Amino acid sequence: MKRFSALLLSSMLLSTAAQAQDSFKVCWSIYAGWMPWAYGAESGIVKKWADKYDINIELVQFNDYIEGINQFTAGAYDGVMATNMDALAIPSAGGVDSTILLICDYSDGNDVIILKGKDKLEDIKGQKVNLVELSVSHYTLARGLESVGMSEKDVTVVNTSDADMIAAYATPDVTAMVTWNPMAAEILQQEGAYNVFDSTKLPGEIQDSLVVNTQTLKDNPAFAKAMTGIWYETMALMSGDDEAAKEAKTAMGVASGTDLEGYEAQLAATEMFYKPEDYIKFTEGNLGELTTFVTSFLFDHGLLGQAATSPGYIGIELADGTIVGDENNVLLRYTTEYAKMAAEGKL
Amino acid sequence: MRRLINRRPDVAIGFGLMLLPFVAVIIAYMVASDARLSVNPNDKLLPGWSTIAAAIERMAFLPDQRTGTYLLLEDTISSLTRLGIGVAVATVIGGIFGILQGLIPYFRSTFNAFTSVLSMIPPLAVLPILFIVFGLGELAKVVLVAVGIAPFIIRDLALRTEEIPHEEIIKAQTLGASTWQIIVRIVVPQMLPRLIDGVRLSLGAAWLFLIAAEAIASDSGLGYRIFLMRRYLAMDVILPYVAWITFLAFALDLALRLFQRVAFRWMYRGN
Repeated sequence: MKRFSALLLSSMLLSTAAQAQDSFKVCWSIYAGWMPWAYGAESGIVKKWADKYDINIELVQFNDYIEGINQFTAGAYDGVMATNMDALAIPSAGGVDSTILLICDYSDGNDVIILKGKDKLEDIKGQKVNLVELSVSHYTLARGLESVGMSEKDVTVVNTSDADMIAAYATPDVTAMVTWNPMAAEILQQEGAYNVFDSTKLPGEIQDSLVVNTQTLKDNPAFAKAMTGIWYETMALMSGDDEAAKEAKTAMGVASGTDLEGYEAQLAATEMFYKPEDYIKFTEGNLGELTTFVTSFLFDHGLLGQAATSPGYIGIELADGTIVGDENNVLLRYTTEYAKMAAEGKL
Repeated sequence: MRRLINRRPDVAIGFGLMLLPFVAVIIAYMVASDARLSVNPNDKLLPGWSTIAAAIERMAFLPDQRTGTYLLLEDTISSLTRLGIGVAVATVIGGIFGILQGLIPYFRSTFNAFTSVLSMIPPLAVLPILFIVFGLGELAKVVLVAVGIAPFIIRDLALRTEEIPHEEIIKAQTLGASTWQIIVRIVVPQMLPRLIDGVRLSLGAAWLFLIAAEAIASDSGLGYRIFLMRRYLAMDVILPYVAWITFLAFALDLALRLFQRVAFRWMYRGN
């Protein structure tokens, strides 16, 4: 027993006590903005950059997005693909100091409120709304209701698994739903399904990011450099008009269960940050204001932890060093240090 | 003989031995939890006792800030209602089909292969069909529980029915009993306690199906809460919920066993 618990202990402590290491694990799940990582691993771009910095990088696919974030929070992974909202609610609220190394994209229509047979958002009043509770869908709903002077009290939220959204929509008692692509696109093809609100009205609020453990980042700049290098090389490859871009996007589409056409439709609702300058410029905008929308949603739903007394309970350090929220409890950071290196060609 | 198989612990030692694995698990948890908390005091994976106690208080004894209801109570009532109806339906179906399948050759020829095949289908794999037929509401959850365990109960009871000594059936016939009388006077009384055994054995699966159904689409229930809390790794809530579900399952099993003892006292005569 003693040996067992010692074993359990050492295996659990191993990853939290971060130090210089030469092997890194990053988890990702299927999403339009994250498919380039899969392509990077498959086409050898990941290996190329890892070799350059003499480290190992393993990209692990999780079928369950949240489980990946939980594993990262528990210390089993060094990085994870997550939205800014989930990064704040899970690792940061769990006391794990996390850094957004780069933003891959923001949702620009990928998250949609769908009504059956009604074409105005106001008609949602009094309906049951099927969505993944506490996810970006829930956030989209809250922001949508806010935009027409309603609140969550005006609807009943029914927690529904994302894997079952399309089947759920086909049942007669489901009349309102919030979901994301590719499910949303599939559902909207059906007759009587109306897109009444989507994330094009929330530009930049839902950021799909590469989140890494801050301590790991400090101890291992090579890891951050390699990841940044991988991302922008893949971006440069896929954003072109040539055959190579087409080939890359086809592979990404196939890996996410669709084809080139389907994947390009998803990309159309995703504002990709193809160049490091895109990300740097974004962080110089109204990022501080955008984060407060997210923190107040999280606070209202009790997701900043029971000890939280205000939406600013967890401090967020922006790329220029300014802090939004509590300066003594900074647990989420944006950095453009490595993107700048990429922009200057110093990687 | 002082062989190991002949040595028995006395009552006190037996009790201590019974507690041993539980204590060992709790100690292992405490050690691991302390270790993680000393690195990160906000760690959510293995929360300390005080965090767990605060979560229990919040979920069970304080009204929820948003809805004003007691969440644990509300979740327990919804889950037990779904489980109760689902298991009751499966018991009735299992009782009727099991006895007929075990006793009447024409019925067996018709349904035996069908229920065998049916029991091999993993119900979770055909969930979308269940949704479209039964909707996303309470009905689908009850149906999933019932569909999940009924085939097992049918097959179990059919086998028990076939085990009734053939002499009894012959004897009843020589005394002039009709098929109906044999069912009502000979088979059913002997099969009811067996049916309860079957239900007891399938309760574990019933909980599994219930929690799966609640994870997929729901707005209350023990499984719903666990899967919702999992979204932000609130193990301080999940662990007490798991303990509570374990307790409820244990209590249900015990209740069925006691009911069987009281209602079918003849079964326990002679031993």
